[in-house]
Amino acid sequence: MLGPSEIRGNLLNNWSVIMRYLPHTSDDVKEMLSAAGAGSLDDLFASVPPESRRLSPLNLPGPLTEWDLRARLENMADGGDWQVFVGAGSYAHQVPALVPYLAGRSEFLTAYTPYQPEMSQGTLQAVFEFQTLVSRLTGLQVTNASMYDGATALAEASLMAQRVTKRSSLAVSELVHPHWREVLSTYLAPRKDLELLLLPADAEGRTDYSALASLEKPAALLVQSPNFLGVIEDLSRAAEAVHQAGGLLVAGFSEPFAYGLLKSPGAQGADIAVGDGQSLGLGQGFGGPGLGLMSAKNDLVRQMPGRLVGRTVDKNGRPGFVLTLSTREQHIRRSKAVSNICSNAGHCALTAAMFMAAIGGTGFRGMARANLELAEYLKAGLLKIGFKPLSPAPTFNEFALTAPAGFAQKHEELKKSKILAGLPLSRWYAKFNGAWLFGVTETRTRADIDAFLAEVKS
Amino acid sequence: MSGEFKTPGQSGLILNEKLLWESGRKGRSAMSPVVSGLPPVSLPPDLAGDGPDWPDLSEQQVARHYTRLSTWNFGVDTGTYPLGSCTMKYNPKINEEMANLPGFVKAHPLLPAEAVQGELRLMYELEQFLAEIVGLKAASLQPGAGAHGELCGMLMIAACHRHHGQNRSKVLMPDTAHGTNPATAAMCGYSEVKVPLGPKGFMEYATVEKLMTDEVAGLMVTNPNTLGLFESELHRITEMIHQRGGLVYGDGANLNAIMGRVDLGRLGVDVVHYNVHKTLSTPHGGGGPGAGPVAVGDRLLPYLPGPRVVKNGDRYEWKEDLPLSIGRLHGFHGQFRVLVRAYAYILSMGPELKTASDLAVLNANYIKEKLKDVYDLPFDQPCMHECVFTNAKQAAARVSTLDIAKGLIDLGFHPPTIYFPLVVDSAIMIEPTETESKEDLDAFIAAMRQVAEEVRQNPETLHQAPARTFRSRLDETSAARRPILTGDMG
Repeated sequence: MLGPSEIRGNLLNNWSVIMRYLPHTSDDVKEMLSAAGAGSLDDLFASVPPESRRLSPLNLPGPLTEWDLRARLENMADGGDWQVFVGAGSYAHQVPALVPYLAGRSEFLTAYTPYQPEMSQGTLQAVFEFQTLVSRLTGLQVTNASMYDGATALAEASLMAQRVTKRSSLAVSELVHPHWREVLSTYLAPRKDLELLLLPADAEGRTDYSALASLEKPAALLVQSPNFLGVIEDLSRAAEAVHQAGGLLVAGFSEPFAYGLLKSPGAQGADIAVGDGQSLGLGQGFGGPGLGLMSAKNDLVRQMPGRLVGRTVDKNGRPGFVLTLSTREQHIRRSKAVSNICSNAGHCALTAAMFMAAIGGTGFRGMARANLELAEYLKAGLLKIGFKPLSPAPTFNEFALTAPAGFAQKHEELKKSKILAGLPLSRWYAKFNGAWLFGVTETRTRADIDAFLAEVKS
Repeated sequence: MSGEFKTPGQSGLILNEKLLWESGRKGRSAMSPVVSGLPPVSLPPDLAGDGPDWPDLSEQQVARHYTRLSTWNFGVDTGTYPLGSCTMKYNPKINEEMANLPGFVKAHPLLPAEAVQGELRLMYELEQFLAEIVGLKAASLQPGAGAHGELCGMLMIAACHRHHGQNRSKVLMPDTAHGTNPATAAMCGYSEVKVPLGPKGFMEYATVEKLMTDEVAGLMVTNPNTLGLFESELHRITEMIHQRGGLVYGDGANLNAIMGRVDLGRLGVDVVHYNVHKTLSTPHGGGGPGAGPVAVGDRLLPYLPGPRVVKNGDRYEWKEDLPLSIGRLHGFHGQFRVLVRAYAYILSMGPELKTASDLAVLNANYIKEKLKDVYDLPFDQPCMHECVFTNAKQAAARVSTLDIAKGLIDLGFHPPTIYFPLVVDSAIMIEPTETESKEDLDAFIAAMRQVAEEVRQNPETLHQAPARTFRSRLDETSAARRPILTGDMG
């Protein structure tokens, strides 16, 4: 039997530094080993064959004190001080202090998925409310408790449409966020039965649906509105086109604020709506975690992936909430499940619900209006200094313009002043060579835009 | 009323709270107004809508709403949370502060590399740490959670076989596997070949050897398995699978048992995912966000998702030209702010991550020894980070595993995982983690024993449990029969 000092000396070299997370004193270790009938901690790993064991100590820096850790990371968090006139799937929005403060409550943050409903009524009611608020945004009856992000929600929606229609081919607008389309392709790579048709843009910067007719039995048409060029798509026309062919309309969005002013996807005939809820109080976070949103018509719910919270009663007849329809899910149905998803973006959904509660319907619409007005002001300013519109169609808080000669060099120069003056669309679309994508939100003022325009012009 | 109590469970001051929209009134606001000061712009009437019908509330109303809801919840900060296979360890607070640094929160994901050297360095170093901890070569941070990491791993295995002209349609699946494993295999177009459990609680070489044909793409294996036992024949199994052209997927749900102890490269694992919200201490958030990075050995390295962060001299850059990559799995670069927490945790622990695993295993063995006289232990042998009991000793009194779980709630503990793994009837799967102190373990053990005693004395109380919570046992059957999924449904 090892004595306390030997246990400490052998195994806990940096005891005082890691102590804050490990409560065991050497006396505890000794007593517990004795109760477990083991002579040493090594003995507990007797079932690990020598061929599987690690031969060298972990080669990692640390352990660091809290103070050293903070200093190191504060020095690395350098991405927040640029003036970014770009959205492209990630949007800067004001977030009231109330939201991160409440979301940080550890009763929410440190809980698991609410498998034991009597211990998680707080999470469950909050997610039920989230599902309701998102359904009111998308105009579709049911909403799940979230997916990882907008891109994976789109991929899962296309699989869902295939299950619902028992068809395999898909038509995707090329104006869906290019990264989202890449994720879709990654998901579909092992599917041998699949036909994937890319629908081109028309002269207006909207999706041209005419090629849809060439697809025999489409499962779904995937469109994003506003699309990657910022253009508001005519979802009603998209719905008509795909419904005629017996498929579903999957409507995507990367900027929920657009639906403060636009008709909802459901009201325009979408069967499934998917999006990213990052704009709803989450911060940009270098791209993650975002919040995958998914809503659908009520009759599709049994093919919907992800957690769902439902209302019920307890033994005493009082209202309460539980996870429900879990026979769709992997932990019950295993290989027959509608998806493998387990953990989703629960805390992001909670945060978004808090944001939606704080901003309210009136505030959301007001903020959406400010985005539209500022974007139109920026667009007008750029047109005045030699940019040309790529399309005349209406946009929300992003738009694409063809740049005057020399702008690429100006774009590089502005980087030195920590200004990101749009993104070149040629990065994703060869045919839009010379066109740039711009975006602006309410985090920039009219004066900021004036200063930016002066820089671009200079 | 002194501080004397045996268990934390008490009835307390719990307030009711309405649904959000039942408190709203148009014209209130919890947020400063946002106005542009610019002329109004109108959209074409065929596109314009009215916006969502969300309630308008005051700031205090929102604060009270969520504060009251939070009091109906139980988290790791509230008490012991021994959910098996979920690794509910303490979530360090400095990690929250680091993830909320304004430079991270406000970083646009498409900023040029020169603007985000700190973020790229963090990703690059974290990938290296993750490869080092399991003994593999490289890692990708893109997967959004554990199941997404599984999908990533199996897509890579499928891509590798495709690249080598192999048409393999099946995957070996031990019957201890988490449900995500067969679900993931199915998403990749594989059918499963079930591998039955051996008599000692792990797979036997001879069994797998018979099942491994040239139609089999590989094996999905959790090690330690979901009985909390080390797969002691796995090194021979992986060698045989590789000889026959297969690949090995490691489910990393249980990595908390083996850090610094086991080398997955030597063990023959080709790809493994991490659940950073388990092993690497990031908060589970009531259902995510997690992050499910994967680490790979040489065989699968070319297939990692892209783009990847590379180091060029002392600069960090994106590399997009990856001809064999499975492509992108996330809208941007992965769950970045979750990964910041994992990075902070690894630096806080350093090589002492091994001590975390050692003490996690010690805690589980301690509980196992202290409870095995009152609860049935189907595999009575040293365990890893979790131990699995059943209700066999309580079944005669018509007390189910669910009843035992609900009884624990009244005593102030989150129940263990129940009815999983499926290979054991009515399982009670306990994973204490290393951050629980001996006093907390002793209190949990006392509560488990108190429930067992209650079964003998008065089993009916357990059928009625929980009685001290905000809501008593909830009717899950009627919830599924007539689903009410939003406040706007019947």
